[in-house]
Amino acid sequence: MINQSESAKQGYALLVEQASPGSKLAANSLRAFFVGGTICAVGQIFKNALLAVGMTQDNASLVAACILIVLAVLLTVVGLYSKLGKIAGAGSIVPITGFANAIASPAIEYKKEGLVLGVGAKMFLIAGPVIVYGAMASVLVGIVYYFLR
Amino acid sequence: MKKFLGAQTVRFSQPPTIKAAASIVGPKEGEGPLWQSFDVISPDVLFGMDSWEKAESEMARQTVALAAQKAGLPMEEIRYILAGDLLNQNSGSTFGMRSFGRPFFGLFGACSAIGEGMSLGAMLIDGGFADYVIANASSHFCGAEKTFRFPLELGTQRPPTASWTVTGDGAVVLAARGEGPYITAVTTGAIVDMGVTDANNMGAAMAPAAADTLITHFKDLHIQPGHYDKIITGDLGKIGQDLLLALMTDAGYDLRDVHEDCGLLIYDRQGQDVHAGGSGCGCSAAVFAGYLLNQLRKKEIKRLLFIPTGALHSVATVQQGETMPAIAHAVAIEA
Amino acid sequence: MTLLWAFIIGGLICVVGQLLIDLTKLTPARILVLFVVAGCLLSGIGWYQRLVDFAGAGALVPLPGFGHILATGVKKAVDERGLIGVITGGFTAMAGGVTVAIVFGYLAALVSKPSGDTP
Repeated sequence: MINQSESAKQGYALLVEQASPGSKLAANSLRAFFVGGTICAVGQIFKNALLAVGMTQDNASLVAACILIVLAVLLTVVGLYSKLGKIAGAGSIVPITGFANAIASPAIEYKKEGLVLGVGAKMFLIAGPVIVYGAMASVLVGIVYYFLR
Repeated sequence: MKKFLGAQTVRFSQPPTIKAAASIVGPKEGEGPLWQSFDVISPDVLFGMDSWEKAESEMARQTVALAAQKAGLPMEEIRYILAGDLLNQNSGSTFGMRSFGRPFFGLFGACSAIGEGMSLGAMLIDGGFADYVIANASSHFCGAEKTFRFPLELGTQRPPTASWTVTGDGAVVLAARGEGPYITAVTTGAIVDMGVTDANNMGAAMAPAAADTLITHFKDLHIQPGHYDKIITGDLGKIGQDLLLALMTDAGYDLRDVHEDCGLLIYDRQGQDVHAGGSGCGCSAAVFAGYLLNQLRKKEIKRLLFIPTGALHSVATVQQGETMPAIAHAVAIEA
Repeated sequence: MTLLWAFIIGGLICVVGQLLIDLTKLTPARILVLFVVAGCLLSGIGWYQRLVDFAGAGALVPLPGFGHILATGVKKAVDERGLIGVITGGFTAMAGGVTVAIVFGYLAALVSKPSGDTP
């Protein structure tokens, strides 16, 4: 019988740590940097172009973000965003395109469960918490700002 | 006559024979090193269906039908079907087996399902309750991702300790009489939990369970690892294999010369980008029904200890921060 | 010049996310939540705006930029409507991006079939 005492578990945890290879930090970070940086630079190019045709700062930022969102959804549909994610890791998760991918991918995956409980509900499986915690943080900022401004 | 001995082992008085087996796998497994041993390599991961769940059930149905056909048995001759998979409520198996109209036991042992099925099937036969039994286990990469991880199209990285769920199925037809190979003994695993919480490191969770069952098996039967030509675990992967060998060394058993793992056999780990190796119910089942049974038939392996392993967590238990219990069932087979 | 800084700062924010994933085993969903909340709070105390002025899309496109938009939106709403702005500002500010993501995500589901093309 394997010893399952607490001290044996602690010993085993050390053994597991030794046996389990870590992620390749430098390579992963470099790829995240280039892909994430490129996505942001593309966003800046869109924004500059929109400013050049006379849009306001705020509108140009919003429309540039929306274009990135649409592009990310398209890449998700054709199966390329998951491939990009495998290479880029956080480089394609952290930009707004990752948010769009997080909405589109469960919507596609759960289509078989119907348009209401499948697509409608599961769409927010991963992105829902972002909206929830974003709203919570904004209320906190709003209250503090109201009393301190 | 008493057939059980030691702590957890059964030795059969009239060892049931493995009359036939069938294996069907997906395209990725068909690109792996064992491709020649599978009966069917489906180029289509959907198996002509329109959802992952239906695809797995269809794969299971086709494999069981093929196994009965290879055994030369009409379905009505099969007394029991024992089947397990990874989908919720075992739906891959139930929906796959529903058209056969034969007595059915659904099994959940996660990726140890084929070991559980072969153990119980052999007991049913040696107990005189059946002459023909089919044990089946299936898993599907896409269905497992959807059940346990993320939507397929979500852009994420897997850590190096993660495994790749095999799209595949193995069905084994057990019979009371025949020319072998024979199931001579089984050791049913106890649930072992060494406190691993990382669901991306299942090999680490399962290795202690495999060690526990192996040590018990050796003690119950008063044998050493050298009794077997091969000792083959289910889906420990590279990290799990390293951990199992270390645990067994600590217990005074050297497995290095005889141990292999189905999760490491089924893929080319470097070339196919599967990280720690293959996993899933279909991993050990398809490797046994194809590659290992061929080796037994050709007497390249005369004595095999087949020990499928399973991690018994659910999505909810992982999210609640629970540790991962695991199990391993040993099946001793002689050519 | 903003383009270069957008690339560098945007890339660096992603590297922070990558290090969090690799070193802490945080899931992507948790990283996204953490970044949005962090961006919102940093913007609340006025720091994030400086990064936006400097790096443009490099600060706006990553998820902390989403948090920044929420914070600037809620401040603007509070200026205009007082306490009512606290409950309307955040959602008003995120309405555009979220609506586009929902609409196109929905359309994506309509046109997609399960594909055998596993990642």
